[in-house]
Amino acid sequence: MLSAYTDFIRIRFLTMLAYRVNYYSGILIYMLNIGVYYFTWQAIYGDRGEIGGFTASQMTTYIAVSWMARAFYFNNLDREIATDIRDGSIAVQFIRPYNYVLVKMMQGFGEGLFRFTLFMIPGMLLALILFPVRLPSDPIAWIGFLVMLFFSFLINSQLNILTGLMAFFVENNDGIMRMKRVIVDLFSGLVIPISLFPGWLSSIMQWLPFQAITYLPGSVFTGRTTGTGILDVFAIQVAWFVILLIPIFFMWRAARKRLFVQGG
Amino acid sequence: MYYIGLVIEYLKNYLKTRLTYRADFWVEVISDLLMQASNLIFIFVVFGHTNSLGGWSEAEVIFVYGFFMIPFGLFTCFVNLWNFSDRYIVKGEMDRILTRPAYNLFQIFLENIDPPGLIGSLIGVVIMIASGSQLGLELVWWHFPIMILFAISATLIYAGIYIALTSLSFYSDSPTGILPLLYNIQNYGRYPVTIYNRTIQFLLTWIIPFAFVGIYPASLFLGRTEMFHMAWLTPVMAIIFATIGLTSWNIGVKKYRGAGS
Repeated sequence: MLSAYTDFIRIRFLTMLAYRVNYYSGILIYMLNIGVYYFTWQAIYGDRGEIGGFTASQMTTYIAVSWMARAFYFNNLDREIATDIRDGSIAVQFIRPYNYVLVKMMQGFGEGLFRFTLFMIPGMLLALILFPVRLPSDPIAWIGFLVMLFFSFLINSQLNILTGLMAFFVENNDGIMRMKRVIVDLFSGLVIPISLFPGWLSSIMQWLPFQAITYLPGSVFTGRTTGTGILDVFAIQVAWFVILLIPIFFMWRAARKRLFVQGG
Repeated sequence: MYYIGLVIEYLKNYLKTRLTYRADFWVEVISDLLMQASNLIFIFVVFGHTNSLGGWSEAEVIFVYGFFMIPFGLFTCFVNLWNFSDRYIVKGEMDRILTRPAYNLFQIFLENIDPPGLIGSLIGVVIMIASGSQLGLELVWWHFPIMILFAISATLIYAGIYIALTSLSFYSDSPTGILPLLYNIQNYGRYPVTIYNRTIQFLLTWIIPFAFVGIYPASLFLGRTEMFHMAWLTPVMAIIFATIGLTSWNIGVKKYRGAGS
């Protein structure tokens, strides 16, 4: 049974491999993203030493690692699920002897493995050459970051699955998917680190799952969180992973009762 | 005349489908607004930590953003190519389009028309008025026809870039296209491009000229004389990029062989 699921990882990895040329241009575009934010923050820092607890140098590293982490955890599970629901092929998925949501997660992981090895790693190497990025010297920070990066992927995929499953309840969830994408980019700390938001807003965001995707792993990588602090932020991630399982479970249950296939 | 008739028919059709799913309509409008709001949040947060971005004040940057929203709204309404590869190439709907007499790209635009996008343009105008009055901008009468010209030019540049990139899908049927990757880049032309290094400036000015959708044309109304020469280039760039877009599209269509079965 388990091998059936691991096969989904392998197949998706191989499918992605067939489209690898896209990701070479992707690396260049991500460099442009990093570059734009790098120069924007340089202009904002001017000759100031620190903003929101970030030195200019930490900010550079944070931007680079956040975008490259996004290169890994990003996937289109929401769109895939919504398409399955809208064109009715979800009906076939129901009669197959596996759990659809789990299969999607495995496919997402296959894509993630591809993105990690052929998108994130080469991208990070290029970013090291182009920008003054400082890698952590502490091995604990590396281990902490990599484990947390995996949880970034899990939490982001969970949010994608939730957004995708909404297609069961509204006929057209394009708007919701777009909204989710913008919210994740903004509230995860990708474009602005959480600590730079005005006080009231950053305290709201500390109670939302999004910071667990980019901000928390990023603060471990930049060395702003060290020692046992890493365990604390990791605990937040694990907590969100567990909490997010609950709405997925209930939505999936409600969705199966609601399903009606249009036309067909 | 024939084409105007088509627009009316498609709009009628659009209204019919939209009225069936009324809740979705509002979800879409609200999600569009939230997207714009999140971009404004970025500007507010940045200016919470500094007074000027490369010599531009907060009100000026917001004014540029307001201007940008006008062509962006027009673009979302009329040039909606997000699902092109999936829907027309992979699923084979392109064949249906090509058997009809009207120009194929025109049909695709009409089938995907998205009028709620225009709400963004209206909000852009409001933002421009608000930040403009805060700045004490004095516009003269000829600014208004020029503003319309620049907004249309910017829309054409936008459309040209996306049409050219979308026409790549005639050559490969890969579902994971390059368009989503551009999604963030389109935002960068709204900030003072002079803060970037030469490579990025060159890229945003001449290669993927999103700077002509935001900062350059808007600089004319803000009286930023250092960019006036770029502002006046906007219509020229529009002609160039619209031509590039249409030419690569037409070549792509000629190459198109259908996805089989």
